Amino acid sequence: MNPQLFQIICFYGFGFVTVAAALAVITLRNTVHAVLALVLTFFSTACLWMLAEAEFLALALIVVYVGAVMVLFLFVVMMLDIDQEKMREGFVKFLPAGLIVAVVMLVEMLGLIGVRAMHAQLMGADPAAAAGVSNTAWLGRALYTQYLLPFEIAALILTVGVVAAVALTLRQRTDARHESASQQVSVNPRDRVRIVKMAAERPAEPSSVPPQESQP
Amino acid sequence: MISLAHYIVLGAVLFCIAVAGLFINRKNVIVLLMSIELMLLAVNTNFVAFSRFLGDVSGQVFVFFILTVAAAEAAIGLAILVLLFRNRSTINIADIDSMKG
Repeated sequence: MNPQLFQIICFYGFGFVTVAAALAVITLRNTVHAVLALVLTFFSTACLWMLAEAEFLALALIVVYVGAVMVLFLFVVMMLDIDQEKMREGFVKFLPAGLIVAVVMLVEMLGLIGVRAMHAQLMGADPAAAAGVSNTAWLGRALYTQYLLPFEIAALILTVGVVAAVALTLRQRTDARHESASQQVSVNPRDRVRIVKMAAERPAEPSSVPPQESQP
Repeated sequence: MISLAHYIVLGAVLFCIAVAGLFINRKNVIVLLMSIELMLLAVNTNFVAFSRFLGDVSGQVFVFFILTVAAAEAAIGLAILVLLFRNRSTINIADIDSMKG
């Protein structure tokens, strides 16, 4: 088969799955199913990115989103006891407004894209391959040289995020018995053990001989 | 042959689905957070497509940073959500009105 034809068939296949799963995310009744549909959206988008030869980002999307963020979402959804029916109130009421805004936005964007697409840019050679390196090396060289400071700041943001998430959800229980390590270390032995000096004492003599058993 | 317009149209469609999701799920904070994730995904798709078609690495570097910040945002957002549910036993937006905003 013509490789370019195969490429475009793959694009339409992955694109269809992406859009269908995204529609499922916003319309499904059960929140757990919506999260699973979002996982499918992310996965097929990763396939699309792979098709654009952005391999590192596609795999990072799967690892970071499907592996970490979506599991976090699932945990939270399953931890909270939500009344599903009450959450659906107003779905029909807001449906026309949402549809109108979304369709108008889509038509505007497509019009803009249509003007630009007059001079269509076809997919050329892979820029990373043109530079003679893999996509990861291509991205990494820019990340560790030109974008080193933003890279460090991104690490800082992640640290702040972790600390904030833990600090927000940490609950100090008042009924739990816990030991303080600093108090344990700074304790003085004299506070715990008292050495008493006293004269040795002899145990008192037994006053009477124990009665002997008489033989019959 | 895939052109740039293919990817941008897909990004636009995803973004509009996310906007519609923000409108029609006005009660459920979790679905709102997921709609925001969808929006970020649409933007990221545009970045990847432009980076690929213009041969510029900066687009992919930006996608990397957006992924980082979005992960931190999701973690903090879900933590706030858990806190909210623990204190008020609801995640219905209509019930969260103590700030009278």
